[in-house]
Amino acid sequence: MPKTLFDKIWERHIVTMIDDNQAILYIDRHFIHEVTSPQAFNGLTKRKVGLHNVKLTTATADHNVPTINQDQPIKDPLSKKQVDALNKNCADFGIELYGLGHEKQGIVHVIGPELGLTRPGMTIVCGDSHTSTHGAFGCIAFGIGTSEVEQVMASQCIIQKKPKQMLINVNGKLSKGVSSKDVILYIISKIGVAGATGHFVEYAGDTIQSLSQEARMTVCNMSIEMGARGGLIAPDEKTISYLEGKENTPKDEEWELSKAFYQELYTEENAKFDQVYNFDATDISPMITYGTNPGMGIKIDESIPENTSNSESFKKSLNYMDLQSGKEMLGMPIDYVFIGSCTNSRIEDLREVASFVKGKQKADKVKVFIVPGSQAVEKIAIAEGIDKILIDAGFEFRQAGCSACLGMNEDKIPPGKYCVSTSNRNFEGRQGPGARTLLASPLTAAAAAITGKITDIRTILNN
Amino acid sequence: MEKFIDLKSTAIPLPIEDIDTDQIIPARFLKATTRQGFGENLFRDWRYNREGQINNQFVLNNPIYHGKILVSGKNFGCGSSREHAAWALYDYGFRVVVSSFFADIFKNNALNNGLLPITVTPEKLHQIFSLIENDPNTNFSINLASQTFSQPKSGVEISFDIDPFKKMCLTKGMDTIDYLISQKESITQFEANHKIY
Ligand code: SF4
Repeated sequence: MPKTLFDKIWERHIVTMIDDNQAILYIDRHFIHEVTSPQAFNGLTKRKVGLHNVKLTTATADHNVPTINQDQPIKDPLSKKQVDALNKNCADFGIELYGLGHEKQGIVHVIGPELGLTRPGMTIVCGDSHTSTHGAFGCIAFGIGTSEVEQVMASQCIIQKKPKQMLINVNGKLSKGVSSKDVILYIISKIGVAGATGHFVEYAGDTIQSLSQEARMTVCNMSIEMGARGGLIAPDEKTISYLEGKENTPKDEEWELSKAFYQELYTEENAKFDQVYNFDATDISPMITYGTNPGMGIKIDESIPENTSNSESFKKSLNYMDLQSGKEMLGMPIDYVFIGSCTNSRIEDLREVASFVKGKQKADKVKVFIVPGSQAVEKIAIAEGIDKILIDAGFEFRQAGCSACLGMNEDKIPPGKYCVSTSNRNFEGRQGPGARTLLASPLTAAAAAITGKITDIRTILNN
Repeated sequence: MEKFIDLKSTAIPLPIEDIDTDQIIPARFLKATTRQGFGENLFRDWRYNREGQINNQFVLNNPIYHGKILVSGKNFGCGSSREHAAWALYDYGFRVVVSSFFADIFKNNALNNGLLPITVTPEKLHQIFSLIENDPNTNFSINLASQTFSQPKSGVEISFDIDPFKKMCLTKGMDTIDYLISQKESITQFEANHKIY
């Protein structure tokens, strides 16, 4: 039977089957961070066991770290305790840690690929749902809970049932001003927030192939937002050249062997999927969300839909956002712009924003902050003068971390304020209690920063 | 993990769809390094208003509703993978969550912590909500061995699915971590022939 890319990777990681359903699956790379690991370490200590294969684990501090004055002690005592616990646990258990202040520190899903720790054909887990990001390299990557973090630490394995598989084809040429973020927001608006639950998604088609390696990560990143366990894209020349020479990428002869292996990673013709969707890239416009889940997205020039099914949840959502059906989003004044998160904080995102913003000024009343995904991204941005362009435009250029994506540190959006955000979740209170999040691409966010309102980037680019 | 013990309990209705784990436990309460105490902040921003006062409109603050079963709208537990959501529900006193649909990671996290997620059809879910609405003291029985959720008086008898391995773990209070550690030999053997490119 012809195999999917997913099948090929899954099968080569089965240690044994527990019963007809549950496999013991071997994990090639385990990423950990400060928020979802402490209880797992406590568990190991209680059991008096160490890590089964400590070399396959990498730790960083990202969720709960400040994005200014990172060289100074963390002010919030609880955050400090959590970051200190990570430092101590990694030292005690012998885990490689890129902690606060380390030059390789950053959002876990940004640093994995950057360091060449994420490679095609691997199984990757992390106690964070956006682990799906790594799937852009053609690997099986998914988020897990803390009990599972402990399982992987103790055994380098996880007990998993094989998920169903979904294929999403996108074909055609994207118009100017439309980015990979718009592609995925569009797909989620069509499939819904639970439409891919129980599935792993493979993205394919010439539109997906035309995306850069970093743009593909943005697509895979948000797979979880339609309920999928993860998303993946077959590796190609772009993937290989992205990885070549990275710190942990195999070298010399090993690299030749690896490349040959990567070339085998594709879905065979007529392989079976449980569900298939086809989308046309020419239908996709810059997108914006108006509600409190990522499926509540529309084309930027559309108006907010009617509550046709008279859903209580829809009512509650618009009430929270203080928006009404029939209202146009274009021209709506906004208060904050956040450019960052594991969805859109890589160097390409920063370059794109900087090239648009160069020579412009942010709108007076808007507060704009841009948070690079890693120290490495920050360093490149500074070397290229991107920081200066942004600061000249009135943006705050911060230090690496998750920041206002989840509002765990002090980077929060105040109650009732509207924030155009390049992150991945617009849940109630996600960016701070009462905060109102509008998800969009980096370009749409940058346009809002300059004009102070929701703006169709195409009208500016075409002028 | 504690064993799952069959129970008979009233239920608390929360007929909202797509309840994400950020609502169940907001990120700012994830700073603890142990598993205890999260119940205090369960549904924090729905239970309390911004000034920290109790929101009497919210069902958990309504004394007529109580019990160890939470009944919720579809797609419960979507969003973040934080297991703190399952810990918070358990710590608050819930042992069962009923919905017509659960997000994957949440479901696993619940099962790994002795919290039983029961999936019912949208029609049955509707019926359960009506029963609670008519009489908040309606008692429901859950039997794990026979995989049934029932309310004999109203003739509700729902059989639910659960993966056999997960069922065994819940019944025995068995920990998957100890199980995996017991499989070390086959894992080491596998590693000897496995190459990471
Ligand atoms: S940036 Fe946001 S979504 Fe990404 S890992 Fe951090 S908190 Fe999670």
